[in-house]
Amino acid sequence: MNAVLETQNLSKAFGGLVATNDVSFKLPAGARHALIGPNGAGKTTLVNLLTGVLQPTSGRILLKGEDITSLPSYQRVKRGLARTFQINQLFAELTPLQHIVLAISEREGAATGWWRPVGSRSDIVDEAEALLRQLTLTDVRDQRTETIAYGKQRLLEIAVALAAKPAVLLLDEPAAGVPETERHQILDVIAALPAEVTLLLIEHDMQLVFRFAKTISVLVNGGLFVEGPAAEIARDERVKKVYLGEEAVNV
Amino acid sequence: MSLLLSYFRPDTSTAAGTLLAPAHWRPVEILFWLLAASLFWLAPSKVLLLNEIAILALFVLSLDLILGYAGIVSLGHGAFFGLGAYVAGLLGKHGFTDPILGLFVAGAAAGLLGFVTSFLLLRGSDLTKLMVTLGVALILRELANKFSNITGGADGLTGVTIGPVLGLFDFDIFGKTAYAYSLTVLFILFYVARRLVNSPYGLLLRAIKGNSLRTGAMGVPTNRRLVQIYTIAAVYAGIAGALLAQTSQFVSLDVLDFHRSADALLILVLGGSGHLWGAVIGSIAFKFMYDYLAAITPQYWQFWLGLVLVLIVLFGRGGILGFVQKARDWLAYRKGSAR
Ligand SMILES: Nc1ncnc2c1ncn2[C@@H]1O[C@H](COP(=O)(O)OP(=O)(O)OP(=O)(O)O)[C@@H](O)[C@H]1O
Ligand SMILES: [Mg+2]
Repeated sequence: MNAVLETQNLSKAFGGLVATNDVSFKLPAGARHALIGPNGAGKTTLVNLLTGVLQPTSGRILLKGEDITSLPSYQRVKRGLARTFQINQLFAELTPLQHIVLAISEREGAATGWWRPVGSRSDIVDEAEALLRQLTLTDVRDQRTETIAYGKQRLLEIAVALAAKPAVLLLDEPAAGVPETERHQILDVIAALPAEVTLLLIEHDMQLVFRFAKTISVLVNGGLFVEGPAAEIARDERVKKVYLGEEAVNV
Repeated sequence: MSLLLSYFRPDTSTAAGTLLAPAHWRPVEILFWLLAASLFWLAPSKVLLLNEIAILALFVLSLDLILGYAGIVSLGHGAFFGLGAYVAGLLGKHGFTDPILGLFVAGAAAGLLGFVTSFLLLRGSDLTKLMVTLGVALILRELANKFSNITGGADGLTGVTIGPVLGLFDFDIFGKTAYAYSLTVLFILFYVARRLVNSPYGLLLRAIKGNSLRTGAMGVPTNRRLVQIYTIAAVYAGIAGALLAQTSQFVSLDVLDFHRSADALLILVLGGSGHLWGAVIGSIAFKFMYDYLAAITPQYWQFWLGLVLVLIVLFGRGGILGFVQKARDWLAYRKGSAR
């Protein structure tokens, strides 16, 4: 299978703490892959390495076969790699509409236009409206983001990433902190993404994980513990042990 | 007529309408510029003061572009103002007397300095930025002092000759040409800045200010954008400095004094940052406060200024314009609940 995203012996140490330990994995095109592991296992660190927020101590990262290890974040996005953040990274004073218009403008190379006002490109506004509608954000479209409900902010976090039309999307606990009843809405949105988009989901809610993932990697203490088809991982006694006292694995 | 009215009441029911609304000129804005222009005839005895206000407003406006929009704090923005003033003064002294040419060259020189020093601001905290900008300004002032054979040092640069504007309007001793000239330059650069801040580029700057981790994750080359706006702001500040040198036909070390950078910051907080108008209103308020307070308490006017500043930062976040906005919101709320 053709890997879109690949790491080779990737490691990251924070002083003496090895947060990512010799991780080599491949994400095939169109994957529905979940990355699980206990708190502090190094999941977010791995995403930060993949997206260029952090530089690895050693190892390589390949996107569509190209070595992107030393590329800055924004150039990885231009090459089709987008992410969402475990902790919302939004613009508190801007509206959801402004978020999306900006993200689309950047994708279209229109974000450096400095003469005509925001909103004069009707194609961009229409696309932004459609995306907001798809994520049920139309009713909060023009409100300052800091004033909208947390669940809606989580959806906006995803919408901003989607606006880049990524080939690979890394979702870091998209449903974290979202009430039980709204979680499935977030998963529905993810499930509705085009099949050719490669997805990596980090999630603690095992119900969501098994509903979404075809394959799963388990990360423990920064290293890959086990990898395999979802059904196999669900039966794996070692994985159950890792999660013992955390959450019951129910499938 | 109804077309005109519909321009002033932008349709905010659609997505495009809400996005476009801030770019629409409000009647009060147009009124302001008409009033400023009419003062040329209505208050001929005040044009010297008005000229100073226009120059100050342009300088503070340039600080608003980096601080209010892009979130870059600076304690040394006066460096660009001072450089622009010296460049324009030196040109005038050495036979290049055309004022418009002077503006362009001074703006370019300040822009170049802004471009080069912007790279020092890409890393580090706000505190680092404050120190780096302050340091650059101090270095520049010391250089101007040291090379007194070029700058005139502590005695100032004399013998600056400035020709007529566009070859038509001579600078007079009453400052009438000076005010018309500075106000025109301020208006043009305000208009350009207003286009810029309401464009996708302006939205991008606000986004970078809000969260540069996110703009990076959107694919924005954040550092490149910061370098650009810092350079543009430096050009603006350099032009403001050039206006001062040209309209006073004199440059002294005072243009590079620390108090200029500090005043600009203070005025922006006073007027409200991130509005453009805050820079203009703040400059007017500052100059009048200065005039008024200095007249009644010559020694202690800075005490009162300090007090006003503390009160604004503690209770009136958003400065004068923030206060106006709150008052309008409150009135709208009262009107709404009365119904
Ligand atoms: N910038 C940093 N500096 C120092 N240590 C860090 C840093 N970022 C993460 N760590 C440490 O690295 C380890 C892995 O953290 P990480 O956030 O990647 O875990 P995680 O698997 O995402 O956990 P969670 O499920 O709680 O989100 C933790 O021990 C954390 O304290
Ligand atoms: Mg995490």
